[in-house]
Amino acid sequence: MEKTIAGKTITVNEEGYLTDFNQWDEKIGEALATEANITLSPRHWEVVKYLQNEQKNQVALSIRRIGKSGLVDIKEFYQLFPNAPLKTATKIAGIPKPASCI
Amino acid sequence: MGIIKRYHYQLDFYSINNQTKNKQMKNLVILGAGTAGTMMANHLHHQLKQPDWQITIIDERVEHHYQPGYLFLPFDIYSPTDIIKTIEEFIPKDVKLLKQQINKILPKDNIIELGSGDALYYDVLIIATGAKIAPEETEGMKGSEWQKSVFDFYTFEGALALRNKLRDWQGGKLVVHITEMPIKCPVAPLEFAFLADSFFKHKHLRDKVEITYVTPLSGAFTKPKATEALEHLLDEKGIMIESDFAIEQVDNENKKIIDYGGREIPFDILVTVPTNKGDALIERSGMGDDLNYVPTHKATLQSKEYANIFVLGDASNIPASKAGSVAHFEAEILTDNILRFVKGEPLKEEFDGHANCFIETGGGKALLIDFNYTHEPVEGSFPFAGIGPLRLLKESRMNHMGKLAFRWIYWNVLLKGTHIPFVSATMSEKGKHYETVQH
Ligand SMILES: Cc1cc2nc3c(=O)[nH]c(=O)nc-3n(C[C@H](O)[C@H](O)[C@H](O)COP(=O)(O)OP(=O)(O)OC[C@H]3O[C@@H](n4cnc5c(N)ncnc54)[C@H](O)[C@@H]3O)c2cc1C
Repeated sequence: MEKTIAGKTITVNEEGYLTDFNQWDEKIGEALATEANITLSPRHWEVVKYLQNEQKNQVALSIRRIGKSGLVDIKEFYQLFPNAPLKTATKIAGIPKPASCI
Repeated sequence: MGIIKRYHYQLDFYSINNQTKNKQMKNLVILGAGTAGTMMANHLHHQLKQPDWQITIIDERVEHHYQPGYLFLPFDIYSPTDIIKTIEEFIPKDVKLLKQQINKILPKDNIIELGSGDALYYDVLIIATGAKIAPEETEGMKGSEWQKSVFDFYTFEGALALRNKLRDWQGGKLVVHITEMPIKCPVAPLEFAFLADSFFKHKHLRDKVEITYVTPLSGAFTKPKATEALEHLLDEKGIMIESDFAIEQVDNENKKIIDYGGREIPFDILVTVPTNKGDALIERSGMGDDLNYVPTHKATLQSKEYANIFVLGDASNIPASKAGSVAHFEAEILTDNILRFVKGEPLKEEFDGHANCFIETGGGKALLIDFNYTHEPVEGSFPFAGIGPLRLLKESRMNHMGKLAFRWIYWNVLLKGTHIPFVSATMSEKGKHYETVQH
């Protein structure tokens, strides 16, 4: 479905995740963060960029992996993106919700 | 067969190698004689025969456990004798069974190093070493309350300790918990919650027991349609659900679990499914991902790194359920692919992630779900389109009979590698109510 955000039209799935990463830009990232009640600090951006990079390299994302990334530990990841950090952070980053679970 | 030699590295390595070459006999080695390894031995011994081939299977255990039975043990529905047989009785006579711990795979040299120090050469290797619980991954889980008020039911010892506890427990807060995904048989903890509900109703204790289901997922299950159906059942049975809970530690003193966000859930009995991991042998061999699962091609079941190594069952990292039914479907396809591989033919990219699970819902009923990599479980009938007799994603007594029959089928059909009539290795879309085909 289509959605207008930060003055642009983007395509998202029923859970609100971008279906095409090419439509993503930093303004959209900021707007998606605002929807999740998060104001992005430089630290948030480091994590968002890290996730996008992992996604580009087709690494399966999981909380455990991020905890071992050397970038943030799980505790800080939760402080940055409260409640369900991986789901919130990937949504802001414009990448698919991790299918870590079967 | 002379393929075992004392392992004095370099020198003997060549003698092992030459010896097998001289004899012109090739070696296929299977690591693990659990569900998947046993099925492969039974499939392949008809095809890869002496004197051209020697098949060897290695396991450190003597007993074969029917793991789905661990779910029923705590409620005194099954007794230990229902779920334990010997490994040996399921291994064909022309397959060599070694009761040994496997220390390491040296994939570049095609050598298996055993715990005893002996070594084994292989031409083709099948890894079927499964997955096991790793409670030590979570702070405090294996603490002072372990098997006193903190239990697992994914091991025989855990299920038995829990049975003894439940036999005379008088009620309180029962918390059923999943640490992190993936786990074997992802529906088992839900089934545990449902069976607990029935068990305490039976004992006229239900009003004294508060059951909470705690999961790191955002709902009861991983697939939307099934989640809807299962959450409805939880609600109907008065089982509370706490989702998106990523555990940081078990607080033994105050008897509560705490997540990274600071959320706390108190318990009188905690039944947890700890982190599941592949065997440490995979780590020692430098062949695993961060949970010791072997990177595997999801359609061919060939290792991503080594052409002559194949992986099936819980040991692989493919995005399919870790279940006996999945291992069964994989075994049919892998048998074909191994025969192709030894003939030098291209592999079939056929495995579609097919899983088929009964979900025990308590009160003598069960649900059945059938799904694969691309299709989530939906309603419908199985295995005959429109007829059943089993109903998909709906509770029924017939499904419960199916779940109980599964134990018989497991011992008598599955392990022997016999094809189950009418159920194909790849999933059928007939008789199922799909709205749209998904990606
Ligand atoms: C509580 C519970 C309920 C379940 N319910 C169901 C269900 O209803 N339906 C279903 O389809 N599946 C169910 N399963 C899952 C099913 O049991 C597993 O998916 C299946 O057994 C996997 O088979 P496997 O051969 O990969 O591993 P396993 O059967 O675990 O076999 C692995 C073998 O490798 C051996 N091994 C490992 N490492 C070494 C080593 N270093 N040296 C020597 N030997 C080694 C082990 O001793 C073991 O025998 C359930 C599992 C559990 C725990």
